[in-house]
Amino acid sequence: MKRRLRGAAVIELENVGYNYGGGELLNAVSVQLAPGSFHFLTGPSGAGKTTLLKLCYGALTPTSGRVRAFNMDVQGLDRDQMAFLRRRVGVVHQDCRFLDHLPVIENIALPLLVSGRELSHEEANLNELLNWVGLSERAHALPPELSGGERQRAALARSVILSPDVIIADEPTGNVDWEMSQRLLQLLVELNRMGKTILVATHDLSLIRAAKNQVQARVLRISNRQLQLAGADL
Amino acid sequence: MNDGRLRRLILGDAQANRVVPPSGFTAHLTLFVSGAMAFLAVFALALSMASGRLADRWASELARAATLRINAPAEQRVAQTEAALEILRQTPGVATARALTGEEQAALLAPWFGSSLPAGSLPLPQLIEVTGDDQGYDAQGLRLRLQAEVPGAVLDDHTRWRAPLVEAARSLRRLAWVSILLIGGATAAMITLAANAALAANAQVIEVLRLVGALDSYIAQAFIRRFTLRALTGAAAGVALGMIGVLLMPEASDEGGFLTGLGFQGWGWLVPLMIPPLGAVVAFAATTRAATKRLGELS
Repeated sequence: MKRRLRGAAVIELENVGYNYGGGELLNAVSVQLAPGSFHFLTGPSGAGKTTLLKLCYGALTPTSGRVRAFNMDVQGLDRDQMAFLRRRVGVVHQDCRFLDHLPVIENIALPLLVSGRELSHEEANLNELLNWVGLSERAHALPPELSGGERQRAALARSVILSPDVIIADEPTGNVDWEMSQRLLQLLVELNRMGKTILVATHDLSLIRAAKNQVQARVLRISNRQLQLAGADL
Repeated sequence: MNDGRLRRLILGDAQANRVVPPSGFTAHLTLFVSGAMAFLAVFALALSMASGRLADRWASELARAATLRINAPAEQRVAQTEAALEILRQTPGVATARALTGEEQAALLAPWFGSSLPAGSLPLPQLIEVTGDDQGYDAQGLRLRLQAEVPGAVLDDHTRWRAPLVEAARSLRRLAWVSILLIGGATAAMITLAANAALAANAQVIEVLRLVGALDSYIAQAFIRRFTLRALTGAAAGVALGMIGVLLMPEASDEGGFLTGLGFQGWGWLVPLMIPPLGAVVAFAATTRAATKRLGELS
């Protein structure tokens, strides 16, 4: 698929700081995610990776600085505008966040449902997506019945169903074996080749190394409350 | 509310309805409260309508009726009665005037003295039943003329005891309406509590829905529709039971007095059918308010 032309940043953090109950977690963080770019975000546990991701999609408000997404000031968005922003940013949460009373296929279709799309018109797309993440056989299983890898793939499928511009994944390979983490990485690389902007938080350096031959990615590292570029591009 | 939202609320969206997991006690609470309140509302409505009818009847019937009492010695009683009847026939606004027979007067006293009362041997005053026409008569003018021409005549136009009776019936009607309003308020309060409990229990569901881009109106609608339909169902059942209860009450009779007249008449039977939609409107408003407030707090 043709790669998008790179232009203005889709998400931009400018001198962002964040305090957790008095303690400073992030200080003067600045980063720009260009359209179609692939970024890894790494750092030790508790360094603020998840916080930084949440700041990117408006789940948290910075205590200082500014977050912009698609040329909009995220802090200035009302709740409805925030909902529309989240339809443009697919998020794979560390704990997946499913509705446990709905089968996998309905969880994956949830973004379609809440955005008012008629599911009967999206059946082919849904089946194609299930096939892509290898969950066709598990479509009607309930989330608690899935393995860790299946949950992560289902979460990835849900994050891309609205064809968002940006995909943010928080430790997507945290609870899966090496083989499954490679498969998830492959899916993210494919999405990037489709022109999606990808930001993946991980502390798994082997995953980053494995991505070396597949995609041109930048590695950002959080250290001492600051964001640094970790060496040269992979 | 726009047409699309109203349509979705009424027709529903089977897929969207499944997003919020079915809740246990809040569903039962809403159904029970709506049913019980609708049941009580039917009786309050029946009381209101019956007391309204009673007030109207007393007001119109008693306003036209009067009694003329001839307190005269036995030898003058017939003459004075005739004179009084003649005056009444000449009085504008008097439709009919009729002297009660001895048997009728005895029947009036029977509740106190029994049916074997020898009314003919007692020095009872002669009673004349007076009925006014639609225009009515000048009671004060009639009194003055009777005073001059029939010294033993006393006109009682029932004003003294009619007004408090009519006022009592009207107060009863007002009380019934206040009860209906209180029932509505209590229903709203209980449904608000149930909706708040459901929203609190589903905080994680709400969080997930927001993360995937759901608008607050979409989330609220899932709760509003559920509670509105539950209230409608519960109220319909309550009204059905209430109407059966009213239907089984004894029919109106003179012997039974006011209590046997408690119920609906004619088109009045259709009025309780408004309770379920009104209950649904109350539930809709209460849940909308609760959901808006709760979703605002969760942001």
